[in-house]
Amino acid sequence: MRIELKKRENMSALFSVLSPFIALGLTLIAGVILFVSLGKDPVSALYSFFIEPLTEVWSLHELAIKAAPLILIAVGLSVCYRSNNWNIGAEGQFIIGAMAGSVLPVVFHGWESPLMLPLMLICAMIGGAAYAAIPAFLKARLNTNEILTSLMLVYVAQLLLDWTVRGPWRNPEGFNFPETRNFADNAILPRIIETGKTHWGFGFALIAALVLWFIMRRTLKGFEISVLGQSARAGRFAGFSDKKMVYFAFLISGALAGLAGISEVSGAIGQLRPVISPGYGFTAIIVAFLGRLNPLGIVAAGLILALTYLGGEAAQISIGITDKVTRLFQGLLLFFVLGCDTLIHYRIRLVFGSAQKGSAT
Amino acid sequence: MINEQTEAPLLETRGLTKIFGSLRACDEIDLSIAPGEIHALLGENGAGKSTLVKMLFGVLDPSAGGILWKGDPVTIGSPGEARATGIGMVFQHFSLFEALTVAENIALALDGNVPIDRISEEARRLSLEYGLPLDPSAHVADLSVGERQRIEIVRSLLQNPELIILDEPTSVLTPQEADKLFETLAKLKAEGRSVLYISHRLEEVQRICDRATVLRHGKVTGACDPRQETPSSLARMMVGGEVAEISGAGLGEPGETLIEVRNLSAPSRSPFAVALRDIDLSVKAGEIVAIAGVAGNGQSELFDVLSGEEKVGDADAIRIRGKSAGRMGITERRLLGCGFVPEERHGHAAVTEMPLTANLVLSRHTSDSATFLSGGPLGLINTGAVAKAAKRICEAMDVRKSGEDPAAGSLSGGNLQKFIVGRELDRQPVVLVVNQPTWGVDAGAASRIRQALIDLAKSGSAVVVISQDLDEVFEIASRIAVINEGRLSSPEPASTMTRERIGLLMGGFHDGTGQAHAEAVHAH
Repeated sequence: MRIELKKRENMSALFSVLSPFIALGLTLIAGVILFVSLGKDPVSALYSFFIEPLTEVWSLHELAIKAAPLILIAVGLSVCYRSNNWNIGAEGQFIIGAMAGSVLPVVFHGWESPLMLPLMLICAMIGGAAYAAIPAFLKARLNTNEILTSLMLVYVAQLLLDWTVRGPWRNPEGFNFPETRNFADNAILPRIIETGKTHWGFGFALIAALVLWFIMRRTLKGFEISVLGQSARAGRFAGFSDKKMVYFAFLISGALAGLAGISEVSGAIGQLRPVISPGYGFTAIIVAFLGRLNPLGIVAAGLILALTYLGGEAAQISIGITDKVTRLFQGLLLFFVLGCDTLIHYRIRLVFGSAQKGSAT
Repeated sequence: MINEQTEAPLLETRGLTKIFGSLRACDEIDLSIAPGEIHALLGENGAGKSTLVKMLFGVLDPSAGGILWKGDPVTIGSPGEARATGIGMVFQHFSLFEALTVAENIALALDGNVPIDRISEEARRLSLEYGLPLDPSAHVADLSVGERQRIEIVRSLLQNPELIILDEPTSVLTPQEADKLFETLAKLKAEGRSVLYISHRLEEVQRICDRATVLRHGKVTGACDPRQETPSSLARMMVGGEVAEISGAGLGEPGETLIEVRNLSAPSRSPFAVALRDIDLSVKAGEIVAIAGVAGNGQSELFDVLSGEEKVGDADAIRIRGKSAGRMGITERRLLGCGFVPEERHGHAAVTEMPLTANLVLSRHTSDSATFLSGGPLGLINTGAVAKAAKRICEAMDVRKSGEDPAAGSLSGGNLQKFIVGRELDRQPVVLVVNQPTWGVDAGAASRIRQALIDLAKSGSAVVVISQDLDEVFEIASRIAVINEGRLSSPEPASTMTRERIGLLMGGFHDGTGQAHAEAVHAH
């Protein structure tokens, strides 16, 4: 007996809309099973995981802060994935962006200028884009698999940050802790509203989502992205260059990941540390797919995945389970999203017997 | 009644049906093949011929109906079972490993463990016996298409089949190679074997087949003795109506040269591509130059350099309206007034998943930027203007579709091709280059497309048609050239060109290579 996936002749429009919600539902059901088998009350566990963070104003701000990098990165990744460029290294671009943006506040500590913050953001975007240009160059020139190169560069970036923070950029007044100087006030990303902690990173995320949504939907560039993603040959016929698109997609997503990096460091942390991301660059991959590679869908998906981060923290405190549950929920969600999408396009068929069809010709 | 037993057909199908989703690819097909006959299965592309034979050969399971072999019901679950029953098949697209030898390729298809020496010996014997010369130790990569087909035929003969199915066997052969094949088929018939011969070429069917079954839209529309029919009565059965006559009259005196190719050479881009060598071609306003040739002799490579999808180093090798265009990309050439229709509809000329309007933008975003784009550097797409143009094209070319703006992939091959050709015609290109304009297109759509090409030339454009279909070539061309192994013969007026001469040119007998020239002359 074997299992075959058969392409469906017509795929249901209804279910392609419903699929993310079905995936969410299945994740919750899997969560119930998980909590029950851990001997916890599933209702209160799910409540503290998914509902409680939404009941307080301060935790809504936390939600926006966590969602900001996810949305920014995922919006950039959607351009990559739609154009058939598999950038898995946003985490590295996030880190390098954050480091490039931190050069001014750390190395030129004490520079008082209103230009400080805008220059930091620009440096971060350039840094992230430059780091993404490496796998892009390797793919366009040497036909290297970008999944591998971009992923491997993540570890390089993580170790580079670790070394920099422990070594050359360590705070001279920091009692030997592996941290940089605290950013001066003019290097801190301001809050959007005075009463809450949400900083402008969330604003950048929303703006980026809107702009890219418009580009994808209405402009020739957006058209070019989808054409090259679906058929490189047809793209060449249209006069589009698939090589240039590799650079375009990687540079855009690298720049947005870099912007997310500096926003996180300057808006939420206030200094560089050996670890500045709880895996935002990887979680953003889930966000991009859960949002169906649509920038507006990604805003919603980013908020949902941010909730799993908050819920994980809350669940540690209120029901005493490990924060690994966060990763577990994220993994389950990705699994169910991809599973639902596959079943929309294909039906499962069990084949009994060993008849080998069509291959013996 | 006594004869009933001996007269039982070798193979019979009763109500054989195959359903794909909502499409009835084969709808209650009744077919009977007598022992020792060559039976034609006629039909346009998409009529259900291939689906039917795939069911006979066990590649597809029937949705309903049954197959009788010598009067007894059988189920054929796999190609292996089909071979064991006594059915052999030669596919239209060969499944051979280029890096292996002939004998090794044959061994791969055999069930059971036969030593390779025995296979070589047997293959050599069979190939001699049936006039299919083959060297068992040759590598497939070095063989011509005709020789490759012989491997497939010998491979099926090794099983000693009583019924051999041939799917469009001559579509890849030169006329001379086809004649050889027909001799082999006659030998098989004389031995009492049956042949199911699938084709849409009426002349061949009339020449070699004893009986014919005609399919249209998955149904049997007629069974006849093809020799009693006229080509037009057969065509009527195939198409289900009169096919519009093409009128080529009125192509006037050619005007100025619009596209000129001089001394164009291009190395092959991959081990399986063909290098172009010293191509010379010039096409004037008001004429159609057809480039005939057997598939895989450099047609798509030539199309790519003409369209600018592949640029050439020497800018002067291609001149369009007097401008050096060799280093121009496809968009720049379109801006000079060129239109292009590639061979492959899905994923080259059109993005299958995208709607027709998007596929209109695909080739015309820059050449028609004034109408289709706005917002300057923002490049906003004017969906209204695009939809209007798409509607105009669909009406002009009679594109049948479901819904206002369906995905390109949901259209039938013929309708999508009409749209793709119409997309270029709609902007009245000064130079149009088309590769296989009617490949896999039903007869009605094909005649419409050919007429449109002629009308375009009449209106003063230069048209280059690359085509494997000799009927088409003679129907529309003012001049004819032949491409063989990346070399192009010099175009000759269609009025003085003959099929024999094209056949020789296809086989590589070029002018200028002394002996070959003599042979070519001799053939007249």
